[in-house]
Amino acid sequence: MKIFGYKPPATAWVGLAIIAGFILIALFADVIAPYSESESVGQTWDDPSWSFLLGTDNIGRDLLSRLIYGARMTIGVAFVTTILSFLIGTIAGFLAAVGGTVIDQILSRIVDVMLSIPLLIFALIILSVFGSSIFTLVMTLAILDSTRVFRLARAVATNLVVMEYVEAARLRGEGLWWIMRREVLPNALPPMISEFGLRFCFNFLFVASLSFLGLGIQPPYADWGGMVRDNGKAISFGIPAPLWPALAIATMTVGVNLVVDWILSINSRPSGASAEM
Amino acid sequence: MLKTIIIRVALGILTLWAVSILIFAATEILPGDVASAVLGQGATPETLAVFRHELGLDRPAYVRYLEWFFNALHGDLGIAMTNKRVIIEVIAPRLANTLFLAGYAALIAVPTSVVLGIVAAINEGKFIDRFVNIVSLMTISVPEFFIAYVLILFLAVQYEVFPSLSTVFPDMDLSEKIYVTALPAFTLTMLVMAHMLRMTRTSVLSIMSQPYIEMAFLKGLTRSQVIIRHALPNAAAPIISVIALNLAYLIVGVVVIEVVFVYPGVGQFMVDGVAKRDLPVVQACGLIFAGAFVGLNTLADVLAIMVNPRLRHPR
Repeated sequence: MKIFGYKPPATAWVGLAIIAGFILIALFADVIAPYSESESVGQTWDDPSWSFLLGTDNIGRDLLSRLIYGARMTIGVAFVTTILSFLIGTIAGFLAAVGGTVIDQILSRIVDVMLSIPLLIFALIILSVFGSSIFTLVMTLAILDSTRVFRLARAVATNLVVMEYVEAARLRGEGLWWIMRREVLPNALPPMISEFGLRFCFNFLFVASLSFLGLGIQPPYADWGGMVRDNGKAISFGIPAPLWPALAIATMTVGVNLVVDWILSINSRPSGASAEM
Repeated sequence: MLKTIIIRVALGILTLWAVSILIFAATEILPGDVASAVLGQGATPETLAVFRHELGLDRPAYVRYLEWFFNALHGDLGIAMTNKRVIIEVIAPRLANTLFLAGYAALIAVPTSVVLGIVAAINEGKFIDRFVNIVSLMTISVPEFFIAYVLILFLAVQYEVFPSLSTVFPDMDLSEKIYVTALPAFTLTMLVMAHMLRMTRTSVLSIMSQPYIEMAFLKGLTRSQVIIRHALPNAAAPIISVIALNLAYLIVGVVVIEVVFVYPGVGQFMVDGVAKRDLPVVQACGLIFAGAFVGLNTLADVLAIMVNPRLRHPR
């Protein structure tokens, strides 16, 4: 079987299967989950049984159901964040490359300063002012993460704007936006796609870490990082409750990484011809 | 060389100054919100105004920035909003704890990862190389608290080798401190080791295709002799800068790990501050973390200039 004309190796299939599985779980959470997201149905940390396959959590909610609903929240937030971050980062990066020295200097220096504060610390500072609703969480992470996307988009686009076809478009009198969209974007796409996978992994782990710290997605929504936090104390009684959501996070990241590795290996092939990906 | 280094250090200081403005600006976007957040919903406009005046929030932002900045230079980080304690007194012992933990992890991680990276490069493609590669890939892709909880489950609960909570007191012996903080230090070590190890391996291997390495092989040296005598000195610059960069990463990784192990460090203090929306505390912690980050990044560049002969002369 081929995808976009390329035959994925076995590792990429594993990755694709993991991602597809989690996406299906997230989409059909209502159908699959045996219990609701926030209803207490058992005692604190019940052992796994036929009615609760993974046991229950710190206030007696079914762990498996929370895990299934958590897929929706954790993956969804990370995905929306990454898309927003790419929109902002790519537009700003292309603008810096196409728009001339002044715009480039202003944007690049702002990004330089933002990059010299660790991302987690910066996010904590901003969340302390705005509080963490899902909206502020997504916006904060997207803006902070877009600085990384900006760097790549600018670097790729700087190499493209010196090409003859961009020069030709300028001489034809095309506007900045047209050049960015029709000349730069299609040629910058292959490296940006693998970067999308990497940034998704990063944002995904980041959302999970923030929720783990109690500063990300707030209850009553189930999310994997928050579940680890809620059930953290169980580990000292030898109950593996916090390990399941942590394992789900790890599996998802490994899955995306496997696919990214495959896409990277396509892009680095000498014959190229991967622009339509 | 000296000129290049001075320029780099000056740039670092300039960055730090810009960072301080950014931190201050980011926390001052909604100044009114702080007062209402602390006093709660029931506060009348009069009490809000009095509280704002008390905190100095009614003065222009640039005056408050300059005051905050120069006080911070003198080591005065202000007073915590929620419990009125002097921040520097609370933060100093915590900073010592955080530095102890980060230093502990670095002392294990740096030598181990450089040695393992070289071993992997010597045995390129063999079993040990692949094994090290797979394990390091796995530690990169899992969240830090996963490693922490797995370590707790096995080393603290099933086999009670180490305690699961790292409570430290100021008057603890060093040996006891090392024992109590073993698990967080191991977790941090595993977090930063993967990158350092892979970079060491890659930089050694990238030099292996150079002509002088082929010459050394033709002289009849064994692979390990070639790597240690010829490849390693030339791979030193990238390795050193990766180490410094990862130490900067260690400073950030410490935040989550401190929360997992309830370790009394700056990271936990900052997370508490964010949860309580105590802005002076968040600003102070942010400044400390950003300062450490910028400092280590500058150090990485300076060391790279000093080690690499090609960078010693300004072009």
